[in-house]
Amino acid sequence: MSTTANNTENENATATGKLGTYLEAYGELIAERQERDPVWLRQLREDAWRRFYANGFPTTHDEDWRFTNLAALAKTSFQRAVKGSGTVTAEQIEGFRVLGAGCRLVFVNGHFAPELSDVCDLPNTLEICSLERGIAKAMEGSASNGSAPVGCAPEGIEQHLGRYADLRRDVFTALNTALWDDGAYLRIHRGAVIERPIHLLYVSAGAGAAIMTHPRTLIVAEPTSHSAVIEDYVSIGDETAFSNAVTELVAGQDAVVSHFLVERENLAAFNVSTLRLELARGTNVSSHSILLGGGLVRNNVHPVLNGEGAECLINGLFVGAGRQHLDNYMLVEHAQPLCSSRQFYNGILDDRARGVFHGRIVVHKDAQKTDAKQTNRNLLLSDDARIDTKPQLEIYADDVKCTHGATIGQIEEEQLFYLRSRGIEETSARNLLLYAFAAECLDRMPESPAREFVAELIRVRLTDLAQNHQVAVLAAPVEEETQHWEEVR
Amino acid sequence: MALLEIQDLHARVEGHEILKGLNLTINAGEVHSIMGPNGSGKSTLAAVLARRETYEVTRGRVLFNGKDLLEMKPEDAACEGVFLAFQYPVEIPGIGNAYFVRSAMNAIRKFHGQDELDAMDFLPLYKERMKILEMDDKLVNRSVNEGFSGGEKKRNEILQMAMLEPKLAILDETDSGLDIDALRIVAKGVNAMRGPDRAFLVITHYQRLLDYITPDFVHVLVDGKIVRSGGPELALELEDKGYGPSEADVPQALPA
Repeated sequence: MSTTANNTENENATATGKLGTYLEAYGELIAERQERDPVWLRQLREDAWRRFYANGFPTTHDEDWRFTNLAALAKTSFQRAVKGSGTVTAEQIEGFRVLGAGCRLVFVNGHFAPELSDVCDLPNTLEICSLERGIAKAMEGSASNGSAPVGCAPEGIEQHLGRYADLRRDVFTALNTALWDDGAYLRIHRGAVIERPIHLLYVSAGAGAAIMTHPRTLIVAEPTSHSAVIEDYVSIGDETAFSNAVTELVAGQDAVVSHFLVERENLAAFNVSTLRLELARGTNVSSHSILLGGGLVRNNVHPVLNGEGAECLINGLFVGAGRQHLDNYMLVEHAQPLCSSRQFYNGILDDRARGVFHGRIVVHKDAQKTDAKQTNRNLLLSDDARIDTKPQLEIYADDVKCTHGATIGQIEEEQLFYLRSRGIEETSARNLLLYAFAAECLDRMPESPAREFVAELIRVRLTDLAQNHQVAVLAAPVEEETQHWEEVR
Repeated sequence: MALLEIQDLHARVEGHEILKGLNLTINAGEVHSIMGPNGSGKSTLAAVLARRETYEVTRGRVLFNGKDLLEMKPEDAACEGVFLAFQYPVEIPGIGNAYFVRSAMNAIRKFHGQDELDAMDFLPLYKERMKILEMDDKLVNRSVNEGFSGGEKKRNEILQMAMLEPKLAILDETDSGLDIDALRIVAKGVNAMRGPDRAFLVITHYQRLLDYITPDFVHVLVDGKIVRSGGPELALELEDKGYGPSEADVPQALPA
C-alpha cells in the first residue's frame, strides 16, 4: 500500500481526510474474500486500491470536476454494508417493478438478494447471475477440472471484467474495482434476440449508518444479439448513502444493445455511476440516462467506438429541484473510421438545482469519416437554478464531421398563456410544456416496455415539479435541510 | 342581460396607459367589429378580455355573462366561454395539435362537470372541422403551430375556436397577413359558427375582412376610447376617410 506523500496528495488533503474509512473497508473486504477471489481479481483489486489511495477524491481544480465539489462526499464516513443489512420486503420491491421486464436481479446495499429477484422463464440464450456467483462458479469449474457450471457460464468474466473501465483515469472506477461486493453479470448469446428488458435493481436501504456500495455490472452482448438492460438505482427510506457503480458493456460485432440508467434515489444520496461502452464493428449501442433523484449525482458515460461503422446514441434527461446537483460527463471516443455518435441531453432545473453537461469528443488519428454530434438543451425554471455546459472536441483525424450546440432557456410566458387561454389550468399547462421538453428524450428511445417505464417515471416527476413550482411561488421560501454542494468546502 | 359589458375600462402595460375609459356592450348573437389605428388599444383590449396577466387593469369593470371577468384567470375565462384568436399564434414544440385541442376541450368539459372525450370521440369531429377550414390532415399530429405557414396558423386558431365553441370569440387581426383565399376560408369558418348564442368581436385594420364577415356594429377605437360607433356602413366610410373623427362624431355611442 502506498503511503508516500506527494504533491497531489497534499493538494487533496481536505478531500482525502476520510480515506481511512475506505482503507478499513478495503482491509475487511480483502480478508473476507481471501478464499473466494481468484488471483487475477485480487491483483485487479490491489492495483485499483493503490490507484485510489494515492489520488483520493478529485477537487474542483481537476478540469473534469470543475463544476462539482466533492467535499461533502469526502467528509462523510461511509460504512461498507454487510450482507443482510437493511431489511427489504417483497412488497417494497414490488413498487419498483418494471412492467414487461423479462427478469429482474435485485441487490440490497450492494449484495445480491436472490429471494427478491426473478429469473424464471429465461431463454437459454441469456445468462444472468450475480457477478460473485459467476466468479464462484468459475472457480468451482476450474477446481473440478473444467466441468460446465450450471445456470451461468462465467468464462467471460475474467476475459472482460476490468478490461475497459479505466481505473487509471478515474478514481471512482478505481474505488469501485477495489471495493465491489457484487453486481450483475449478463451474457447474451450470439444471435439471440432478447425481447423483454432485463431489470437490474440496486436498492439502498437504510442500515442505521451512512452506507456505501460499489455495484459492478458486466454485460457481454455477443455478436448480432439484441437486448435491452435497465440499471435502476432506488432508495428505501431517506438515509444518506453513496452508490459508486461501474458498468462495462461489451458489444460484439453487429450487436444491438439499449442501456437505460435510471437514478431515482432519495435526495440525500450520492450517486456516481460510470458506464463504459465498448463497441465493435457494426454495433448499434444506445445509452439512455434518466436522472430524476439523488442529491449529488455524477453520470459518466464513456463509449469507445472501436470498430468500423459502429453507431452510438448517448441520450439523457436530467431533472433537478431543491438543491440537487446533477453532473453529466460524457467522453465519446472515436477510435475507428466511419463511426457515428449522437449525444442529446436535456436538462430541467428548478429551485437552486445545478446541472452540468460536459461533453468531450475525442476523434483518434485513424478515425476518419467520423460523424459526431452533440446537443445539450436546458430549461431553467428558477433564477437560482444553474447549468454549466461545456463542449470539448479533440480531433486528431482530418476528415471528420463534428458539431455541438447548447441552449439554455425558460418556460416561455407566451406559451404558458396560450395554453391557459384555451382553458388548461396553469399547473397542467406548465406540466404539458415540461413534458414536451422532456419528451424529446423519450422520442429517441425505441418503443418498448423500457420506454413506457421511464416515460411514466418522468411524468410523475414533472407533475411534482409543476405543482411544487406553484406552491413555491405562493408560499414563503422555506430553508431546506439538504446541503448545498457548492457551499460545503 | 348582455353577454359582455365593459364599463370605463382603463388598462396599462409596462407602465403605459393604453385603454382610457372604454365602454362596450355586446349581446349574444351579435358581431361587433373594432377598428382603429395602430397603437389605439385594440390588441390590449383583446388581451385584457383573455386575462393576460401582463396587462394591468387600473379602473372599470367587465361583466361576462353577469360574472366579473376581471377576477378570472385566463383558464377560467376560457372555461366560461371567452376565446381569443391570437394575432401571433404561439408555436409549442413537442405538443401535438390534436392532443392540445383535446386537452383544452376536456379542461372546459371538466369545468362544466361533463365527461371527458376520448380520442375516438374527438378525432372524427376534429377532422371534419379541419376539412371546413381546408387544412391538411398531416397537421393533426404536428406540434402546435410549429413550422406552420402564416395562413395555417390563423386557420388553426379558427379550428380551435370551432372545437371549443366559445360564447364570445375575439379575433385579433386574424386577417393580417392572409391572402384572399385564406381570408375567405377563415371567414367561412367564422360564419359557420354564427348563431344566436354566440357573439364575435372582430378586431381589424381593414374593411376587407368585413366584406366576408358582415358585422352588426362597427366601433372606432382611438387612443384607448371608442370614439364612434355605427353599422357596417361605418367600416366603408373609414376605408374612405381614415380614422379621424368626423363631424357626426358620437363620442361614447353604445350599441343597442
